[in-house]
Amino acid sequence: MCLAVPARLDQCSPADQTAIADLHGNRVEISTALIADAAVGDWVLIHAGFAIARLTEQETAEVWSVLKDVINHG
Amino acid sequence: MAEHLKQAQIWLERLRTAAAKLDKPAVFMEVCGTHTMSAFRCGLHSLTPDNVKLLSGPGCPVCVTAQSDIDQMIALTQERDAIICTYGDMLRVPGKHGSLEKARSQGANVQVIYSTLDAVKLAAKTPDRQVVLAAVGFETTAPATAAAVKQAKALGLTNFSAMTSHKLVIPAMLGLLAGASGGASGGGGAKIDGFLCPGHVSVIIGSDAYQPILDQYNMPCVISGFEDWQMTRGLARLTEQIGKEKACLVNDYPQVVTPAGNTHAWALLTEVFETATVRWRGMGEIPDSGLILQDAYADYCAMRKFNLTPMPDRELGQCLCGQVITGNVTPAECELFGTACTPINPIGPCMVSAEGTCQAWFKYKRPPGTTPGTTPGTTPLTHDKVEVSA
Ligand code: SF4
Repeated sequence: MCLAVPARLDQCSPADQTAIADLHGNRVEISTALIADAAVGDWVLIHAGFAIARLTEQETAEVWSVLKDVINHG
Repeated sequence: MAEHLKQAQIWLERLRTAAAKLDKPAVFMEVCGTHTMSAFRCGLHSLTPDNVKLLSGPGCPVCVTAQSDIDQMIALTQERDAIICTYGDMLRVPGKHGSLEKARSQGANVQVIYSTLDAVKLAAKTPDRQVVLAAVGFETTAPATAAAVKQAKALGLTNFSAMTSHKLVIPAMLGLLAGASGGASGGGGAKIDGFLCPGHVSVIIGSDAYQPILDQYNMPCVISGFEDWQMTRGLARLTEQIGKEKACLVNDYPQVVTPAGNTHAWALLTEVFETATVRWRGMGEIPDSGLILQDAYADYCAMRKFNLTPMPDRELGQCLCGQVITGNVTPAECELFGTACTPINPIGPCMVSAEGTCQAWFKYKRPPGTTPGTTPGTTPLTHDKVEVSA
């Protein structure tokens, strides 16, 4: 439940604070209500359908390499 | 991969060197369900030197929820026109009259959601039904509930409400330390020498939030990621601090954890919720450790909407979850572990949740000869058959 995963924002709808995110190949609708100024191309950390932090692409690669093991075995 | 192994070796070596200098064993605690699972999955406990111990603390959201709150959420299913929306890990948690899953099999409308906003969408689509978001969780999950309540209000929905048991991790850590040193609140937590602090909760609260733990208890804190070498590094950094006059806070997950945390999420959270004294499993009431809706959002409180009175708290029979999450006993010390209580027939929340310590022990540290649901000479029990004291 405390696990969060990185994804890239592909489309953003600022009016309703939602976005379509590319989550490791899956396109999912998420909320951007918890981060300021979400923009297409941003890398974010997603927890339970909400972006909770913005990441750089390098940080995303690092976080993902850490998490894939946890997810595969969790 | 090679780099990862190199890091693991470097930090294991540093951990061993620091451990060799200890006068007495060091005990650390993690307070994050994902740390619990990661540590077991990578065999961290067997790699650490014998005089360095890592305990699991109150980090699994479902496990720390007081039994009265769980009973209350399950009792909601008796509201016949209500649709209960909840995260998947609440579904099988046993309450006084079965679980949400059982209630669903008996006809209650219980929906598993991925995002709290799914519950708001459902309320907008079904104006003739009451939709209740039943949610537990720490600071990672609470902003999502705040966002849902705020959106429901903005949409003018009158058929949406929330029954929540959101908790704050810092007061729990302080409560545990107060309890361990004989203080008034927080129950009697195990005596520890440092905290391996949660990665994703820290994204929201920020690294500065841990300062009271250092100021009040001079207790080392290391915010850590989840990989084996990162957790080993965390333990090494904690062990290296033992015996030092002044404890330090180390942020070893700076990719996502900033000193101030996610101020945007925090602002939303404090707009919708205020802190309150709440009950925890195994730790009793801890001041300012929980979140309740602000008066401006009182119309979205399910307790109020359905005119419910708080249920009395109770122990779950022989289940020792309360002592497991405070680090006082290990799951193996519970008589029901691996026999009557298994992931198929869980008796306490620590066995239900994928982040629970009992489930982690069952998956990775189960004594030989115990298999799910069957042990020679014993009858597997369901939670319905276990006596619970009122
Ligand atoms: S093994 Fe089961 S009954 Fe025992 S403490 Fe864990 S969850 Fe409770």
